[in-house]
Amino acid sequence: MPSHDVLVIGAGLAGQRAALAAAEEGVSVGIISKVHPVRSHSNAAQGGINAALNPGDSWESHAFDTIKGSDYLGDQDAIEIMTREAPEEILHLEHLGVTFHRNEEGKLGTRAFGGASAARTYYVADITGQAIMHVLYEQLMKYSEQIARYEEWFCSSLAMDENGECCGVVTRNVADGSMELFQAKSVILCTGGNGQVWQPTTNALICTGDGIAMAYRVGAKLMDMEMIQYHPTTLAGKGFLITEGARGEGAHLLNAKGERFMEKYAPNKMELASRDVVSRAEQTEINEGRGFPDGTVALDITVVPKKRVHEALREIVLVGRDFAGVDITREPIHIKPGNHYTMGGVKTDVDGRTDIPGLYSAGETACVSVHGGNRLGANSLLDTLIFGKRSGRDAAARAKRMEASRPSKKVLEDEENLVADIISREKGSGRRISEIKRELGQTMDSKVAVFRDEAGIQEALETVKRLKEEAKTAYIDDHGSVFNQDLIAAIELGYMLDNAECTCVAALERKESRGAQYRTDYPERNDEEWLKHIDLELNGDGPQLSYSEVTITQWEPQERTY
Amino acid sequence: MAEYTIKVRRFQPESGEGPYWEEFNVDLDPSLSVLDGLLQAKDNEDGSLAVRCSCRAAICGSCGMKINGQSGLGCKTQIGEAQEQANKMVAATGATAAEASSPIGAQAPEAQDAVRATGQEEAGPGPITATTDAATPIVIEPMGNMPVIKDLITDMESTHWTKIRRVTPWLLPHGEPPEREYVVEPESMIDITQSMACIQCGACVSSCLSMEADPGFIGPAALAKAYRFVGDPRDAETKERLHDLAHDPHGIYDCTHCFSCIDACPKGVAPMDQIMRLRRKAGEEGIEDPNSGHDHEIAFVKIIEKKGTLDESLLLQESFAPGFKGKLKPNKRAIREMIGSIPTAIRGIKTGKMRSLHKLIPGVHPKLPDQDDVKAIYKHAEEHNEELNLYIRGEEGEDAQPDGAAAEEVTNG
Repeated sequence: MPSHDVLVIGAGLAGQRAALAAAEEGVSVGIISKVHPVRSHSNAAQGGINAALNPGDSWESHAFDTIKGSDYLGDQDAIEIMTREAPEEILHLEHLGVTFHRNEEGKLGTRAFGGASAARTYYVADITGQAIMHVLYEQLMKYSEQIARYEEWFCSSLAMDENGECCGVVTRNVADGSMELFQAKSVILCTGGNGQVWQPTTNALICTGDGIAMAYRVGAKLMDMEMIQYHPTTLAGKGFLITEGARGEGAHLLNAKGERFMEKYAPNKMELASRDVVSRAEQTEINEGRGFPDGTVALDITVVPKKRVHEALREIVLVGRDFAGVDITREPIHIKPGNHYTMGGVKTDVDGRTDIPGLYSAGETACVSVHGGNRLGANSLLDTLIFGKRSGRDAAARAKRMEASRPSKKVLEDEENLVADIISREKGSGRRISEIKRELGQTMDSKVAVFRDEAGIQEALETVKRLKEEAKTAYIDDHGSVFNQDLIAAIELGYMLDNAECTCVAALERKESRGAQYRTDYPERNDEEWLKHIDLELNGDGPQLSYSEVTITQWEPQERTY
Repeated sequence: MAEYTIKVRRFQPESGEGPYWEEFNVDLDPSLSVLDGLLQAKDNEDGSLAVRCSCRAAICGSCGMKINGQSGLGCKTQIGEAQEQANKMVAATGATAAEASSPIGAQAPEAQDAVRATGQEEAGPGPITATTDAATPIVIEPMGNMPVIKDLITDMESTHWTKIRRVTPWLLPHGEPPEREYVVEPESMIDITQSMACIQCGACVSSCLSMEADPGFIGPAALAKAYRFVGDPRDAETKERLHDLAHDPHGIYDCTHCFSCIDACPKGVAPMDQIMRLRRKAGEEGIEDPNSGHDHEIAFVKIIEKKGTLDESLLLQESFAPGFKGKLKPNKRAIREMIGSIPTAIRGIKTGKMRSLHKLIPGVHPKLPDQDDVKAIYKHAEEHNEELNLYIRGEEGEDAQPDGAAAEEVTNG
């Protein structure tokens, strides 16, 4: 049985940072990823990473912007930690080799970003996530003796000991189909978000909420699952992301009449208001008939100087050309709000601890919560790194003081039986996995999106419950062992359905409008009743609701305008 | 929506059979990608069709493959364009990329002719029509220069990633880091951002002709990665890196300057340019090219400039002991190399590649009559001798300038 002190699941930014931090503490570390680490979705973070590092800036200002952005649902102690530690982390990355943009003096330079009161976003052109992740992977290669990499291994469930502590994980080596039970003193879930539950989405095909579902299934609490961010600038149909950096560089949003409509919704910050605000403004324009016939509005980047576009927005020049057939330096591009980010997730404290001993989580999988009802652009990379680092350290500290407990083989046998069951289903015995997935995605995108109401969410929840039943008999074509992607998709579908159910239940419960949750039947924020987190815990076949306090340190909730 | 036929080179390792072709009919908008087409076939027809993919937006680097023989990303190639390309290939050569590609039995010769076409027989050389005949299949194969594991999935670990690790792919600064950031020239960061833009998809490795000849070649992706450190002012072991990469017989001088990797790269990394930058830096370090590849290249360029065609007699001397015209002073190694080249020269004469012996006598080779045109091309090339860095200059032709038209005229002339 492979065994490590600390086992990290997922190798995006949070996972890689956690592994490196744990290894620094001198414990043995394993990192497991269902894809090669550099394929992880942190790659897609284009715009940058926030830190109050400029002399005129302060962590308090960064913290306040984040809290206001979260619509006061973010926990202020956690936000304080994140914003205070941000500058040191940026410098750490710079020292490791990240090729951050420089100003004329050769020092780190910044760009403006949404919801921020200062230009504090550090960046590498518009490939910031990719640049940071590849540099961290360089470090993983460098420290290969301390950190064992299991690349293209898929995790299907967590192993618990008799005391209810997490002690390992069941995995499948994708390349040959062999299944293994890994033993660990601490397990850190860093498997990213669940964007694939929605169609379309900016998220990659791998973002299927694996860690959230695995934690939920062993009894960990989830939090803020109703808070799903729709990004204001995604390509219609395909859902590809156009970075907020475009608006940071000065691009305008226009409706079909050519009006810069943000004047009506956020007269001060205009296009750089918080994402939930901009997405709602766009959707309102579209719904009220001022959009284009394809259900979009326009993003006009032609107002940004060409030289600046080449240097700083290179990636979206390519996205425009290759995926929309539009030269963004010459004409506006049609965009609409699209599913982008999971603010909620596995409930953790500021050291990544879930309420199951031995189980940690960081990054988009986790909900600390630093994003509350709405995440600010360029805070997600920061979240992955700060809480990746902190959970890696704490997981290592726990491993040092604990004896390893041996996971029972039963969990492995259960998984092997599940796999055998899926493979044995006859063709035509039920629906195709891809069909169920499509119906799920379309349902969620139409009913649990920018604007929601009780009837719609209820309908979505019923659909999800039906799909859960149908998934039990859904069949696959591939009966082999080597790279059986069909089988993995079937297991991922199960994860997605659990995620969807939790989101629907929480969205139905929160009878107010806050951040990304906008209920047309409850259009106001209601601090008196709803300034609290919604927690979900598996009970029998479905989630059971409870509430927890929002931590408020020095910033009392105010009215939120931009 | 439009109908397309995609013809996939499949390999199911557990079937006991060799690779085979299979055609799928898919129906999608021409602006969607080849990957979208593959996923439609996978979702609706055969879930065992294996292809790595994740982001669908040319960021994650998972879906490297060959489309109509060209290495690239499945998600970045629009299916409508791939169809046009397939039609053009049939029109030009009378064969699809599948017929033109290496025999399918490369791994399992017995399966050479195993074609499991779902529909008609392979589109043969038949009458050449330039219609947008959707029956011309879009041919999709796994990447080259890598073992195939299953269908379009290749073993990148034993090839690509092993080579990446060969170049010590992490920053090697000396001493303690500064209290704040390293202060560096802003341009230096933009310069290496081009190689940081690499997504490790392997398309350049797949297309590399040098690697086909020498599987040990470190290759375009790993050398571009190496430049990311050599060009990084924070790295303190530039010299050591350059010596290492220059003295490895499979290192920077193994590149034959064929441009395939630049064509294949979906991210504008231009790996060959990075290799040339490494060579130039090695030259500045006073590192001698151990197999004269660099001198050979310079000699080649100089001779064409002078004569319009290649004068083999000069090429040999120039490559091994630059500075002819009476100043020929070959060192010992050059003499050894020149003697070593004699069998190649003899083979050249025998096979008719070197057309007559007398051409080996210096000075006999004639100049082309329209040498002025050649000189004009050189002049233009020199004036435009900037390396392509998309982060600085943008796409070629993005700024339509009168200059561009002039350039076309010269090259056509």
